[in-house]
Amino acid sequence: MAAPEAPPTYRLIGTRIPYIEGPLKVTGRAEYTDDIKRPGQLIARLLRSPWPHARIRSIDVSAARAMPGVAAVLTGEKYPTPFGVLPITHDETAIAVGKVRYIGDIVAAVAAVDEATADRALQAIRVDVEVLPEYTDPKTGVEKVAEPIHARGLNGTNIQKEVVQHFGDVDAAFAQAHASVRVRGSYAGVTHAFTEPMATIAEATPDGRLTVWSATQVPHYLHRALSEVLGIPMHRIRVIKPEVGGGFGGKSDPLPHEIACAALSLETGRPVKILFDREDVFVTNHGRHPTQNDVRIAVDAGGKILAYDIEALIDGGAWSSFGTVTTYYNGVLSMGPYRVPNFRYRGRRVYTTKPPSGAMRAHGGTNIRYSIELGLDELAEQLHLDPFDLRERNALPPHSTTVNQFRITSTSFVKCLKAARERSGWDDKFRKLPYGRGVGLGCGFYISGSNSPIHFTPKMPQCTVHLKADMDGGIAVHCMQADIGQGSNTLLAVIVAEVVGVDLDRVHVVRVDSDVSPVDIGSYSSRVTFMMGNAARRAGESLRDQLLAAAARVTGYPPEKLVVGHEKIEVRHRPDISISYIDALHAAMERSGALLASGAYTSPPMGGDFKGARAGTAPAYSFAAYVAEVDVDVETGIYKVEKVWAAFDCGRALNRLAVEGQIEGSIHMGLGQLMGETMNYRGSRLMNPSLLEYKIPTPQQMPQVECLLVGDDDPEGPFGGKEAGEGPLIATLPAAGNALYDAVGVRFHELPITPEKVVRGIELRQQSGKSWKGVS
Amino acid sequence: MDSPMSGRASIRLTINGTAMELGCPPERILLDLLREDLNLTGTKRGCDLGTCGCCTVLLDGRPVLSCLTLARLAIGHDVTTIEGVTPATGLSPLQKAFVEHGATQCGFCTPGFIMTGTALLRDHPDASREEIERAISGNLCRCTGYLKIVEAIQAVGKETP
Repeated sequence: MAAPEAPPTYRLIGTRIPYIEGPLKVTGRAEYTDDIKRPGQLIARLLRSPWPHARIRSIDVSAARAMPGVAAVLTGEKYPTPFGVLPITHDETAIAVGKVRYIGDIVAAVAAVDEATADRALQAIRVDVEVLPEYTDPKTGVEKVAEPIHARGLNGTNIQKEVVQHFGDVDAAFAQAHASVRVRGSYAGVTHAFTEPMATIAEATPDGRLTVWSATQVPHYLHRALSEVLGIPMHRIRVIKPEVGGGFGGKSDPLPHEIACAALSLETGRPVKILFDREDVFVTNHGRHPTQNDVRIAVDAGGKILAYDIEALIDGGAWSSFGTVTTYYNGVLSMGPYRVPNFRYRGRRVYTTKPPSGAMRAHGGTNIRYSIELGLDELAEQLHLDPFDLRERNALPPHSTTVNQFRITSTSFVKCLKAARERSGWDDKFRKLPYGRGVGLGCGFYISGSNSPIHFTPKMPQCTVHLKADMDGGIAVHCMQADIGQGSNTLLAVIVAEVVGVDLDRVHVVRVDSDVSPVDIGSYSSRVTFMMGNAARRAGESLRDQLLAAAARVTGYPPEKLVVGHEKIEVRHRPDISISYIDALHAAMERSGALLASGAYTSPPMGGDFKGARAGTAPAYSFAAYVAEVDVDVETGIYKVEKVWAAFDCGRALNRLAVEGQIEGSIHMGLGQLMGETMNYRGSRLMNPSLLEYKIPTPQQMPQVECLLVGDDDPEGPFGGKEAGEGPLIATLPAAGNALYDAVGVRFHELPITPEKVVRGIELRQQSGKSWKGVS
Repeated sequence: MDSPMSGRASIRLTINGTAMELGCPPERILLDLLREDLNLTGTKRGCDLGTCGCCTVLLDGRPVLSCLTLARLAIGHDVTTIEGVTPATGLSPLQKAFVEHGATQCGFCTPGFIMTGTALLRDHPDASREEIERAISGNLCRCTGYLKIVEAIQAVGKETP
């Protein structure tokens, strides 16, 4: 075999590049939605349901409407068109129509001269309801119920979506298995807890247009939903995305308050602002689904995986949101990083009268992965295999196809395993550390961009990037991708600067504005680096080619003999003959003025042709192998993850600083779910809707993190890059969960793992007579 | 409508080095005074409950949560906001370090961290990792996992002679 060609090197790509908007953020000059004030703006407040489930008999808004300072009071019937992020499950309305379905559902919206007046108006609204049964447990919702939460529930149940898939022959595989394991995992709901509360400003103007500024991850889906519900053509709506203070999936659905805010502006003819308080944010939720799963894994004597048999029961809350995708993902995102020849899955997502769950960082891939990785750890123990060895012999090979027909291209998973094993000192630590201290391995994989856009009409690329280079030498970049803190604006600028060969400060990423930004379908499914990156590269190449053609006219050398240098174009292998970037640009502009260039990305066709085959298909996948080292106080059950060795395959890390930031932030969020974060419900009522009671990990609880970026270039990714936004979360939880087992000999299958559960687990182990590391 | 100039009892205080006299109803919260009345929007409103630290400002040099501080408690005192620690041109050493170390991602919590970190470094330029962690534990960040924030603060402390 020929020696592999050394990967190319780049001037900017692959280095550590601080965010281009960093100086604005550290000075407070970055503009978030609530920092914007429109002249004469009204303030909107929402009346939320105190009932988990009720039929609305009547709403009397007359007293509220008559109050001085109140400009408008809206109830649901004016804009009853249902919407939702997925076209197949439009089950939300801007304001409740006919029924309320959770404590926090929007019953009415008020616009007034100030917040205090709006709040007084809310108190003057009288709502008469017939209280309906509440449904808090998805288990009861799978049977026929007296009053289904939605008419669309399957056969009179509260089941929103059921997925049944079977590939290969699972029963035969289990029959011939050498060993098997069963993990029944239980996962509390968790939420995004971004720091910026949702905020929207809407301004209907006399020219018949509507401008909406909103804290959204997906300006394009908001644009569509506004148009559909308000009945205004998209070209008369302008969506602007200011800076967004974190999203993690929580700002990816078009949300009812955004539409209600716009409706109030249409009603009043004035700008209307709505700003959420923290309780609004918590009850809007759309966080990770509370889930029960039941996972069986069969292996042969050598530890080769023969089959997975998985069931998942997913608590959806009041709306569908991304739930159909969630239901598929809880099964199909188990299809890597290992080869699984036989696979059976039954997943059900059930409506309950709780705040809706939706997409949260590493959507659909987190809970199922924890159960599988704990099961594999147990199997390795049964077979007297090292957990690393078991995983390595099951690794999906590069350029292969999974049993459910996912196309796998690049994978550096084995390199991840090797790096994590070596750097963590695994072989000297596993089962060798003293009682109370342990190491664990957890792995993962994730989609690098959903192959399926949510909307298929009209047929168009998933991302388009436009460039404009004018006589000042600056390059303006337009694209509707949504930077929510992950650094995509910086990457966009870096790619353009790299390809065109100019300094980074020549490139201006223009704020997302649907009037000028070509469509990108937003920040979800870890798609931006891959899809926007490819579109940006193509746009850059188109601009570069115009410059090369002009340089050819000036220098007399044919374009194919010219290459881009730093701020210049030079003759290949003759860097002494060159023309500056500015001179080439001006030469190119002579005939037609400012240069324009466009690039787009459409993912290639892939996936099988069975029902649901598209779910989980992606143009590439990220891979991870993490080792966590944990220290447990066995008396109190308090534990700390001391260090995580995070070996991650995002292909080439295009901006190492940003990739590290994504990994470290993911580990923080993953450990939060593992160690204590819980959407704590009493019945349907969320008991902890504040950041005081919903505790995210503190700086003191953060482990040291060593990022091991070992990925090889992906063949289709921009400059070889893949996603690093969500995949880095997944491996965190099982690495720490397996480390707890190594520390105290207890497998914790119920998240979060609180100190009380650790103490109880140790007691139960002791009662069962099992000693661990010589301690009984 | 509440307005600082509505003629209700005025208050005198110093904001970012400028002495001011402002109309201020008794219940006015410092955060509202800054953001709504004075358009000092660098101070962020993350929770209004004193739980997130995004609204941290300095009162006589000490970090306080402006969402829990009555504006009247600042009478006769010095209030410093993110606008007040930002040089006319360029960035403060701590701001620069936050950018370079990747200590800001979505940026919403960042002004609060800069205020807390500025106060810490003024009094304890040699603060240890543990001291930095304790000092910032009232500021929440959901993006960074705090590691690069601690790193940035520590880097500036080390540079300080």
